[in-house]
Amino acid sequence: MFLKEYFKTVYQTISSLLTGMRLTGYYFTHTKEIITQQYPETKPALAERFRGEVIMPHNETNEHRCTGCTACELACPNGTIKIVTKNEINAEGKKKKAIDTFVYRLELCTMCNLCVQACPSDAIIMSNAFEHSVYDRRLLTKVLNKPGSKIMEGVE
Amino acid sequence: MFSLEKLVSIIQAWLQSTLGDPWAYIVVCVMVGVAAIALFAILGLMLVYMERKVAAHMQIRLGPNRVGPMGLFQTTADTLKLVMKEGLTPDGADKFLFNLAPFMVMIAAMLILAPIAFAKNFQIWDISIGVLYVAAVSSVAVIGILMAGWSSNNKYSLLGAMRSAAQIVSYELSAGLSILAIVILSGSLKISDIINSQADGWWIIKGHIPVIIAFIVFIIAVTAETNRAPFDLAEAESELTAGFHTEYSGMKFALFFLAEYINIFIGCAIGATIFLGGWMPFHIGNWEAFNHVMDFIPSSIWFIGKTVFLIFLIMWFRWTFPRLRVDQLLNLEWKYLLPISMVNLLIVTLMAIMGWHL
Repeated sequence: MFLKEYFKTVYQTISSLLTGMRLTGYYFTHTKEIITQQYPETKPALAERFRGEVIMPHNETNEHRCTGCTACELACPNGTIKIVTKNEINAEGKKKKAIDTFVYRLELCTMCNLCVQACPSDAIIMSNAFEHSVYDRRLLTKVLNKPGSKIMEGVE
Repeated sequence: MFSLEKLVSIIQAWLQSTLGDPWAYIVVCVMVGVAAIALFAILGLMLVYMERKVAAHMQIRLGPNRVGPMGLFQTTADTLKLVMKEGLTPDGADKFLFNLAPFMVMIAAMLILAPIAFAKNFQIWDISIGVLYVAAVSSVAVIGILMAGWSSNNKYSLLGAMRSAAQIVSYELSAGLSILAIVILSGSLKISDIINSQADGWWIIKGHIPVIIAFIVFIIAVTAETNRAPFDLAEAESELTAGFHTEYSGMKFALFFLAEYINIFIGCAIGATIFLGGWMPFHIGNWEAFNHVMDFIPSSIWFIGKTVFLIFLIMWFRWTFPRLRVDQLLNLEWKYLLPISMVNLLIVTLMAIMGWHL
């Protein structure tokens, strides 16, 4: 009985090791399985939800959806976002709060997505762009609303 | 047809005619030394490159591919970096032993080179106890490792060195027993006799299952003796940072690194010589035409081909198998490999007496 157990262990060991060797041998001989992406030559295939930076989409008439509610600023755990608001007088002569500058400090951002989730009017989204290297760190402080942009009609 | 044997005899005759007796001999000795060192350097560079490429492809990666065509110069660049680095000796270390240890390991690796037959009649020293010499000298390397571990004045180094000693002393047994199986079959310890006994077929084919078992045991023992994964307990990156060479840097580290690859080459060369016929071409019984075609391939190509195949096999092991714990390592040797190779040796002896082998 002991010998039977003994040889059973030997057999199981060898067969399980051979199973592993078959898989690595398969990978070794099949170069099409290689998943390395050679980045500078070929653009990497990124997942759709990959978080590269926060952007504020504008439509073709230079309008955004940001109301300046500062929900994103409050949601941000490390002070990446700073919103400066101003008062605008609309067509009916009423005063209305609007954003002056939407300051986004990329160097502080951890891409946690909390600001995007906090936004009630879907004004900001995460984009896939990841090539952020610059020679001056001041360039990492970005203003997300484009100059002369307005809030979109019907967004409150 | 190109052959190293002719080249050597031409050089030797020319030296003999121009320099006379004592000087020709000295020059030949120097040339052999230089050739051995050059071989080590080239082997180190090529084997590290091969290891990285094999590892990469087994892990669905590409491996080094930036420096030179297909990354061929990557290892040269790495070596240059290591040469430039400062070779630091720790303050509390035993300085003499600390600096001596890498050379001990290298010298032990170089000594085993002597009886290896690289091609037909191309051998540094065809000593009459070749196999015994190899088995004896290959265990000298452990002294260098112990020296490195002890003199580093570092608990991790010492642990790694002690593990390495236990491991090499244990696995030397089954390596020796599996080599002994072939010594019994061929009836000689001399490397050239062992190769010549395989002229009509390699031992792994002629010797049936017992020799195949001996071969498997030998390959496992070689992997363990060279301290490679799955038996890399002396290095144990995850537990002991780098084991016995934790404190080494720069060129001294490079020597340990080189010695590991040289030991793989030598272990595989011995395995190829003993089980796969060394430089002996592949012959099948009475197929005259086939045998002639096989003879046409130079013997050095046969030897290198078989050795590289075994090295690839060992790399395949490393990048597939999970690591063993210390107790599992010793269990494997004393409870499995040693009894199996002892029984196997008995069967081989019976086979040799009864003449059952081909």
